[in-house]
Amino acid sequence: MSAFDWVAQILGILVALLAAPLFLGWVNQCRAWLQNKSAPPLLQPYRGIRKLFYKDAVIASNASQLFRLAPYVVFGTMVMAAAIIPSVATRLPFTKAADAIALVGLFATARVFVSLAAMDVGTAFGTLGARREMMIGFLAEPALLMVIFVASLISATTALPAISELLATQSLALYPSLAFTAVAFIMVLLAENARIPIDNPATHLELTMIHEAMLLEYSARHLALMEWAAALKLFNYVCIGLALFLPWGLATQQEPFALTVALLLLGAKLVLAGAGIALIETVSAKLRVFRAPEFLATAFMFAVLGLLVRLMLGA
Amino acid sequence: MIQALSSPLTLCLLLLTAWGIIGLAGLIRPSSVAFAGRTLFPLGAVCGAALACVAAMSLATPGEQTVLPIGLPDLPVHLRLDGLSSAFLLLLGAAAAGISVFAAGYFRRGEGTAPGLLCLQYHLFLASMGFVLLADDAYGFMLAWETMALSSYFLVTTQHRIPEIRSAGFLYLLIAHVGAIAILLSFGVMQGGSWRFTFDAMRSAQLQPGWAAIAFLLALFGFGAKAGIVPMHVWLPEAHPAAPSPVSALMSGVMLKTALYGLLRVTFDLLGEPVWWWGLVPLALGLFTALYGVIFAAAQTDMKRLLAYSSIENIGIIVAGVGLAIVFAGSGMPTAASLALIAVLYHALNHAFMKSLLFLGTGAVLHATGERNLGRLGGLIHRMPWVAWLTLIGALAIAGLPPLNGFVSEWLLLQSFLFADELPRPFVNMLLPLGAALLVLAAALAGYVMVKFFGVIFLGQPREATLRSAHDAGVVERIGLAWLALGCALLGLLPMQIIPLLSRVIQPLGFSGLVLDEGSWWLLVPLPERQVSYAPLLFLAVILAVVLLTIAAVRFFYHQRVRVGAPWDCGFGRLNSRMQDTAEGFGQPIRHLFNPFFAMIRELPSPFDAAPRYRVVIGDRIWRGLYLPLGALVRRVASAVAWLQQGRIATYLIYSFVTLVTLLALML
Repeated sequence: MSAFDWVAQILGILVALLAAPLFLGWVNQCRAWLQNKSAPPLLQPYRGIRKLFYKDAVIASNASQLFRLAPYVVFGTMVMAAAIIPSVATRLPFTKAADAIALVGLFATARVFVSLAAMDVGTAFGTLGARREMMIGFLAEPALLMVIFVASLISATTALPAISELLATQSLALYPSLAFTAVAFIMVLLAENARIPIDNPATHLELTMIHEAMLLEYSARHLALMEWAAALKLFNYVCIGLALFLPWGLATQQEPFALTVALLLLGAKLVLAGAGIALIETVSAKLRVFRAPEFLATAFMFAVLGLLVRLMLGA
Repeated sequence: MIQALSSPLTLCLLLLTAWGIIGLAGLIRPSSVAFAGRTLFPLGAVCGAALACVAAMSLATPGEQTVLPIGLPDLPVHLRLDGLSSAFLLLLGAAAAGISVFAAGYFRRGEGTAPGLLCLQYHLFLASMGFVLLADDAYGFMLAWETMALSSYFLVTTQHRIPEIRSAGFLYLLIAHVGAIAILLSFGVMQGGSWRFTFDAMRSAQLQPGWAAIAFLLALFGFGAKAGIVPMHVWLPEAHPAAPSPVSALMSGVMLKTALYGLLRVTFDLLGEPVWWWGLVPLALGLFTALYGVIFAAAQTDMKRLLAYSSIENIGIIVAGVGLAIVFAGSGMPTAASLALIAVLYHALNHAFMKSLLFLGTGAVLHATGERNLGRLGGLIHRMPWVAWLTLIGALAIAGLPPLNGFVSEWLLLQSFLFADELPRPFVNMLLPLGAALLVLAAALAGYVMVKFFGVIFLGQPREATLRSAHDAGVVERIGLAWLALGCALLGLLPMQIIPLLSRVIQPLGFSGLVLDEGSWWLLVPLPERQVSYAPLLFLAVILAVVLLTIAAVRFFYHQRVRVGAPWDCGFGRLNSRMQDTAEGFGQPIRHLFNPFFAMIRELPSPFDAAPRYRVVIGDRIWRGLYLPLGALVRRVASAVAWLQQGRIATYLIYSFVTLVTLLALML
């Protein structure tokens, strides 16, 4: 490992930390445009986080240490995930720490901590949100694993950098199996990040919310960390999607030029991905909670379809 | 003499005998809690730790045999210590050490069986499990197996004055014996006409393929009954809540693994080379068991029943792994087979620690509150911080979250599922990835179950006023819990130190083992050619570093002002503990989604009820669909046979006469 690798690694983490709220702002802006509303400024998420950091934290009298610790743990896992995902360069020091399956485990850790923290104060909304979040989680994980399976059957490894290197260096032959799994992955991404068909990030209407319900008791810096972690999670998921389905342009050689190109390309891909998410959110309606299993089962079936295409046709 | 004494097998035997002696010593002062608790149980724990050390040393040594001239004339007991036995002895010793320490502080006066007698049963149980692992002939094995079943039966029925506990114990004993008969028959098939029942004779016996398959299926049934494979799982959710918590921990954490040991011993050692399609049976059964167990765990309202169903789930994962190993081994894929079998052993070791930890945690809660019902607990993290935080480690581990231990074995198993595309069996190779998806569904559901388990017991507000006076576990109990939690953490963080050992353990069973990349001590690379790696230490270090940096940064750049107020709850203001999700509420999505699994009775209140009442009872379809009809059938057959019992001596004399004449006619 050369010093340059570490520079690239730290650059990757910093890009994720700084770009995640920006990406969220971009999605919100696109959505507002598509819905004929006047959009909030692009930098609104940063302002929100900054404001929250300056406020006094109010903590429920019956909250335990777990409640105060959880935002830091969740934020830490998301930063760790950002360090592992090859968003800019592939050969980084931390990428060896985990493969795609361990990454899924990492997201599960964050989910469990958010849910436990939501149950800690013992409010009706918190427990309700925790229960729903865990439900979405266990439905989404098999679908996500099938997506990873297809990608790793093609490249005979579950290590994300190796997968994207292999897919990126091949001639532009698009695998049909990957096309199916891409659809599955997008559905999982929407469900896991509390986006519209499953959850509505813009609402606080009690009976429909999942993610927001779990954060109701948080305030100030804890809330800021939770929101930042949520933005990071969305960013991470999009980067996993890019690494699996649009890996072209990742820096496989450790040199400044490749890194710069990769950064610029990442920006372009993120702009497109954000617009895409906003489009999906605009044209689809929020599902009832008990329709969520059908949505995720569809995602699972798409991934299985991709798998069968891969195993039967070798494509 | 010294050389003979220092051999691992002799040491193991001495330690197992020591357990027996400690047990007998309990009879000196049978009614003294202090003598059993302060002296005998800690001694037993020391023996357990010593056994674990000896077993760990002998993991890599080649097999060592001895013959003990005890038992019937001409039927000495053959004993053998090899890698597989050592691995399970390590599990037994290490888990028993923690559980015994906890038990030293746990047993109190007035809990049914006298403490001295309990001490005897407990240590007899431990020693018999050790002998099961050492036995090298069918006779010694069955002797130890039955001692284990009986001693644990008496432990389950410690509070024998309660009728439910007596019937739970009976159910356990019944299924244990149905299983034992199958195991005995399996040994009978495996001797292959030589009529010698040593394991060596079975190894060298040449069985017809059909007979070998029958022996395997009998062993699967017999050991499966002990392990709790669906549909033989019904005794677990009855016996575990009935038993005292340390006993539940031993039964779930260790005894279920002796069944796994038996299955592995028969399949890979005694039967020689397994045929690939055998593996499909445990694979399918295991996956179904895993899903079934975890779905029922999510719907439970009794914390120990919940854990019992969670054990069923974990056994399902383990058995599925055994199936996968057989499929790969029989298809000429040594690396994949080794990986699957290592995952099995690793998961067995993990489960011993995490499930014991959780059962002991429920024991501490039970003592502090007197409640097993989740609907009457809550908020205990404030009253019992030690138990809560240590149990949290177990809960996170069993939910399969990195960097703890449950994740490592699930990761290895998933990696071996990924060899599906190299499997030269059409259709099966396409179904295997779906099996992996089922496994992930079960693992993710385990996360749901553990959030429910931990959240409802320890978080939120106390659901009953009496909980406010709950007290934390004593120092001795804390040490026991901490030992097991430490085991969970170490198994999670240092897989690269453990996997090479397990790899050596499975080599004598005809596996190639894994060629690990031993370049770095912190990075696990089980399959170098696949570039797959996992580094739990780095995981933990980075997350800890980020957490500490964030805390420091927040303190440095901003402020640390905190105001403590009433819960906000959207400004509702009249929040009370009854408004939290109950255990039933937490199970509701599961009941809704997996409705066909449950036989549910639901009473909903109508708007006009003066005293509205909501009740839901969740029944096991297998109990109603299989066991009750089976029981009725047995009863009908028995009453038909009872017609023979006329109660008159003349009739019985006629029976004897007819029998004699028939026998004579057959002989002549």
